[in-house]
Amino acid sequence: MTNLLLSIDAGTVDWSRAQFALTAIYHWLFVPLTLGLAVIMGIAETIYYKKRTDFWKHTAQFWQRLFGVNFAMGVATGIILEFEFGTNWSNYSWFVGDIFGAPLAVEGIVAFFMESTFVAVMFFGWKKVSAGFHLASTWLTGLGATISAWWILVANAWMQYPVGCAFNPDTMRNEMTSFLEVALSPFAVEKFCHTVISSWIIGAVFVVAVSCWYLVRKRHTQLAVQSIRIAAIVGFVAALGAGATGHKSGQTVAQVQPMKLAAMEALYDGGHEIGLKVVEGIEVPYGLSMMATNTLDGYVPGINDLLDGYVKDDGTVEPSVDEKIERGKLAIQALADYRRLREEVKVNSEKFATATDSVEEILNSQLSIINSNMPYFGYGYVKDKADVVPPVWINFWAFRAMVGLGCLFIAFFGLVLVLIFDIPMVSLLVRRLLSAVGLLDERAADRTAPADAMPAWLCWAAVLMVPLAYIASESGWLVAEFGRQPWTIQDMLPTWAAVSDLSAGSVALTFFLFLILFTTMLAVEINILLKQIKKGPEGNS
Amino acid sequence: MTYEFLQHYWCFIVSLLGALLVFLLFVQGANSMIFQLGKTPDERRLLINSTGRKWEFTFTTLVTFGGAFFASFPLFYSTSFGGAYWLWMLILFTFVLQAVSYEFQNKLGNFLGPKTFQCFLVLNGILGPLLLGGAVATFFEGSNFIVEKGNMINSPLSTLNSQLDVSPVISHWANASHGLDALLNPWILVFAVAVLFLARTLGILYTMNNIADETIRTRSRYQLAGAAFVFVVLFVVYLVHLLLKDGYAYDDSGLIFMESNKYLNNMLDMWYLTAVMLLGVVLVLWGIISELCSGSQFFTLHSSLFPLPGIWPAGIGTVLTVTPLLLMSAWNHTAYYPSTADLQSSLTLENSCSSYFTLNTMFWVSLLVPFVLAYIVYAWRQIDSKKIDRDEIASDDHAY
Repeated sequence: MTNLLLSIDAGTVDWSRAQFALTAIYHWLFVPLTLGLAVIMGIAETIYYKKRTDFWKHTAQFWQRLFGVNFAMGVATGIILEFEFGTNWSNYSWFVGDIFGAPLAVEGIVAFFMESTFVAVMFFGWKKVSAGFHLASTWLTGLGATISAWWILVANAWMQYPVGCAFNPDTMRNEMTSFLEVALSPFAVEKFCHTVISSWIIGAVFVVAVSCWYLVRKRHTQLAVQSIRIAAIVGFVAALGAGATGHKSGQTVAQVQPMKLAAMEALYDGGHEIGLKVVEGIEVPYGLSMMATNTLDGYVPGINDLLDGYVKDDGTVEPSVDEKIERGKLAIQALADYRRLREEVKVNSEKFATATDSVEEILNSQLSIINSNMPYFGYGYVKDKADVVPPVWINFWAFRAMVGLGCLFIAFFGLVLVLIFDIPMVSLLVRRLLSAVGLLDERAADRTAPADAMPAWLCWAAVLMVPLAYIASESGWLVAEFGRQPWTIQDMLPTWAAVSDLSAGSVALTFFLFLILFTTMLAVEINILLKQIKKGPEGNS
Repeated sequence: MTYEFLQHYWCFIVSLLGALLVFLLFVQGANSMIFQLGKTPDERRLLINSTGRKWEFTFTTLVTFGGAFFASFPLFYSTSFGGAYWLWMLILFTFVLQAVSYEFQNKLGNFLGPKTFQCFLVLNGILGPLLLGGAVATFFEGSNFIVEKGNMINSPLSTLNSQLDVSPVISHWANASHGLDALLNPWILVFAVAVLFLARTLGILYTMNNIADETIRTRSRYQLAGAAFVFVVLFVVYLVHLLLKDGYAYDDSGLIFMESNKYLNNMLDMWYLTAVMLLGVVLVLWGIISELCSGSQFFTLHSSLFPLPGIWPAGIGTVLTVTPLLLMSAWNHTAYYPSTADLQSSLTLENSCSSYFTLNTMFWVSLLVPFVLAYIVYAWRQIDSKKIDRDEIASDDHAY
């Protein structure tokens, strides 16, 4: 066996992180619209199936056309991510592949084939298959995308909260012990619900924005009004759902990733009765303690507490990072000793034949040290405790962007709902209020034709919501991933121990190639979408 | 189920996925010939729309192949992708270009122009099969990597003065080319070009069956002879080389050694796989010949010998040929990912697979595969119930 001491360029780690961030951020520009638009076009086609009118058929086909343009980019950017775990994070792939690979394989078998099969029927089957089969294909396309989201989020949730596994010192890797614990981990369930529901917001925002543009231009008003009605319901329910699931996710983060929560709140010194910061200087009293622990005086550790150690509410002691580093080193050393002895016994089996009991005793002793310190194994690769603190300002502001915009979407969709639907008393009241402050034409205040339901300023606000929705969505991922730094697997494997043996230059080169490629393709996609929107539902290629 | 059974089972599943991928490379094969088979924009549009109904299957199979490999043999995934970085990056880049090319090329707002994306399709059509073929050939020819799992903990911790003194990467490529060195091996190139021309052959057979246009059919039949000839010659040449070359074997203790005529021995020891492979070869040839003869009097007189369009026997034959070929690289105590830099770093089913628990769990998931295949076949038949023609392109809103 060749013993190697490889030196990894620090630039390799940073460029690999940057490349993964770049490809993931780009992928996440397209996936939420796929997930969200799938719901809306499914609803539109379902209405067509029931009513069998040309209007609803053309409406469904219009949204499907836009879906198709976006879907291709989602697929293109996704393939890179699937293989990037291997290309840039090969040590990670080995160390946890026994657990991490399974969700990716299941994703391919169950979800990708469903998407790829039925999207072709959806696009090309209008004249080839029955209306029922076509409708089923449309929903199955969306279902495939959603199931795909499930499995990749199971994988990501496991990175945040590794469960259902145990370290095997003989194979030098973590191995799965419970598939159900991995697949149904509470972190995974909450993350899936929050991520998919927030994607529906993107789809709804997109549809409302396009439809509002048509209203402003006084084109395709019937399609616009009906689409806004569908999207407003989806968007409002999704915005509320995202808030609820986000809160639940936050509570889980408080339990299993306290450093992430501390970074999100820029909380350096924790304590009891901690307030929730809106921004520096403005906070909701007791808010963070309440959100994290469901009690007003619950203890919330800060960054310094997590670094220096603290006593939890239940009386248990959370060790300091220095102690964790020492215990991690113990685990690594014990593992090295264990493997060395096993190798010696294997090579010189005759020499050890008469000393089996004492060899077993030594091995068991090493195993005991490994097992008792294994929770801190990853810390054995950390030199300075400051390295385990995630970038605070990114987490702090990204979290605020996400939550703030989430609240804005609730208000936005709520307003659109009451204007586009004639909800008894509520709609009239809101219209009168808007009219009173000059935001709605007096003539429209009492009862309005559907096409006049949305004032021009709100239509343009809807268009502005599109980039804001993407900012909120990407911010969520920034919190999720930056908050976990420097760990690829929380507390188990830091980035510098997970990376492939590549030169910084190679990774930098592929980073820029991806940047140029994806940016160019994004520009083409946006231009195509805008042209398709301008052409409208009768538009052909 | 024993651990050994599961290792072999998953090797079979991955090999089957690989074989299906090779069949589905007909999409790439046809795309590589867009400008040869289609001389006018309308003809090229017919070709693109023909393969465009199927491109996602190839893509998905590639991704699932990678995912299944990751789940069942994570050390291969880690070693090959992390080591042969540039080879895999080139493959991925071409597939990224393909993914958007169909949707974007003919759309209003495409400021790069249709020809740009058609060239991307040609690029993926050539490089995709070529590089994937090259990657597969390394299963037999070897690659330049070293694996040392102990690197996770080998560094002298007491002398740490930088966190990067502990550099626990367990595998690395033994030269700076990171995978591109494979293309310097003439035998890898022979196999890679054979795969490319197999893809072109299958692509021609597919479009001949799928497009209702006599001009394209005639042109395709002419191209078929050349593509099939190159493929058959190169395949036979490589097969002979394979049967005569030394191979990478391992004993029960896991020690890897070179064995003379290892792959010939595998074919003889696993005669049942050889029989399937020969059947596959016959079917591929039958598919090719049936289309070459389809305009001839011989064909007319003996049409009962050729009940199916050539793509079907050729496609099934491809799967039946490639699956055993891949199994020959791994079953029967063969190191399926041999290392030319350090023999004992070579990967075998036993030293690179996932745990018993994971393989067993995934076994139950794999039982879904027949259902997946069933709905794919059903949907495929629905979409391909009628050949593509110019009228369909003109009247289809979503035509590429």
